[in-house]
Amino acid sequence: MKKFLYNKTRPDFDVISNLVTSKSNVLDLGCGDGSLIKHLKEKKDIFGYGIENDLSKIDYCLKNKISVIHKDIETGIQDFEDKSFDFVILSLTLQSVKNTYNILNEMLRVGKIGIVTFPNFGFWKHRLQIMLGTMPVSVEMPYQWFNTPNIHLCTINDFEIFCYENEVQIEERFIFGNNGKNIEYFSNFFGLRALYVLKKEIF
Amino acid sequence: MKEKSYGLVEPKNFIANIPIQLVSGDILNHYELVYETYGKLNKNKNNAILICHALNASHHAAGYYEKGGKKNYGWWDNLIGPNKPVDTNKFFVISINNLGGCHGSTGPKSINPSTKKPFGSTFPFVTVEDWVEVQSRLADHLEIDKFYAVIGGSLGGMQALEWSITKPNKVENVLIIAATSKLSAQNIAFNQVARQAITSDPNFHNGDYYEKKVIPYDGLRVARMLGHITYQSDFAMMKKFGRQLMETSDSKFNININFQIESYLEYQADKFAKSFDANTYLRITKALDNYDPASRFQNGLIEALSNKKNRFLVVSFTSDWRFAPNHSLEIVNSLIHNKSDISYVEIDAPEGHDAFLLENENYHSSIRSFLK
Repeated sequence: MKKFLYNKTRPDFDVISNLVTSKSNVLDLGCGDGSLIKHLKEKKDIFGYGIENDLSKIDYCLKNKISVIHKDIETGIQDFEDKSFDFVILSLTLQSVKNTYNILNEMLRVGKIGIVTFPNFGFWKHRLQIMLGTMPVSVEMPYQWFNTPNIHLCTINDFEIFCYENEVQIEERFIFGNNGKNIEYFSNFFGLRALYVLKKEIF
Repeated sequence: MKEKSYGLVEPKNFIANIPIQLVSGDILNHYELVYETYGKLNKNKNNAILICHALNASHHAAGYYEKGGKKNYGWWDNLIGPNKPVDTNKFFVISINNLGGCHGSTGPKSINPSTKKPFGSTFPFVTVEDWVEVQSRLADHLEIDKFYAVIGGSLGGMQALEWSITKPNKVENVLIIAATSKLSAQNIAFNQVARQAITSDPNFHNGDYYEKKVIPYDGLRVARMLGHITYQSDFAMMKKFGRQLMETSDSKFNININFQIESYLEYQADKFAKSFDANTYLRITKALDNYDPASRFQNGLIEALSNKKNRFLVVSFTSDWRFAPNHSLEIVNSLIHNKSDISYVEIDAPEGHDAFLLENENYHSSIRSFLK
């Protein structure tokens, strides 16, 4: 398994840019200010679009010359053709999506390869906080229970069961701990963030 | 906002003596274009922006004319000017009255040099493609090899789109606002009603009314009223006028103007009919109806937009029912299919199609950021 260093300022980016092949087509769902696409353009000379629903974030994309489509990621890619992108990325957004099944299916329909990252609810500090009687708050999940956009948090085990049940193939996975290092053992306990490389055949 | 206008402007003339063959097959041996410019062309001549106007507008896009102490501001003065989204401190902006227009460029009311009479009914039916060709010739005359951007709303957006199809090497950024690549049946139907209003006016005389010293005023008024209704949303009209009655309205049981909306339409109709030429209106609405670049390509719009040479911004407005967001999305999806550099924003605005002429923070900041 490849080892990646956890980039503290841009946690996902270095990992993702190692996975993405150069000059490929990339779609970033919930691209925010477009910084991931910008990173991938610089490192891998990719061509990419971001999908973003927040006009204030879109403004950053436009300033940075990142192609961005103003749409809700849950409904916005239905017009995109099957397997029309080499990579579709859903970075730290899965947990705030309403219809998890639909978004995974759609991203793997449109993309040949899907890359998903999410915070692991099973991380030991999260568990500890619940044991002590409060909802978990961490760098990965910085919200309080009353203002969190995260409506579908899951653990690494939950996600893998979900993939199995929905016939989503897991090609690779990377689990990162608190210090950004790869976790190889007891990943659902020591892992703070998970990154999965996924595929799904279309019939 | 008005005090930050570009300031007093004067129209300029371009006299073209190189004949132009129009899409219709007609040839104009000589034509003139009236245009305005705002800002300064830089040394490298790479900061020029072309503004394409819509059905009812003219070359007077920004700044103002002064007559009798009254200032007449350009139709896109809120967008174009110093420190505005299309920043005249940075860009050299050109706005041209389209060929066939009635604000100074050669059109139906101009004198035909071979007959010494107004063209009238004999003026050719111009197309979006013709306008782009003519705009490009003016650019050549001004020694602008490549526009930094071509910007257009509504019918102007069609021209911007056409630039990206036929002259992609002569423009870098293309901004298509509240537009469509082709009119729907409903759109064409509205235009036909407007044309019928004009042609059934007894003063129309088959388009040769100039010499008879009349104009199809009433027909043009009705055409404008109908158009104006379709450029606004039900919500916007209700908010502005509601069902409020005129102060002068004493009884509902006559055909007088009772509601404020009626009076407003009358005012708009008069204002328009006094300044616009009916033959121009007929030709522009036909240009709108006929435009369909997809029909020129075997594989439709996808092939039309396949050159990948430009960077696009497509903007639509939620309440625009004349060219609804799905019209814009057809263009967007074709460009995405081709993996072209395209950004799309859908602005939440209640004003209908006319929203593209109004100030809106999200709309204007998108244009500003895109042009940055």
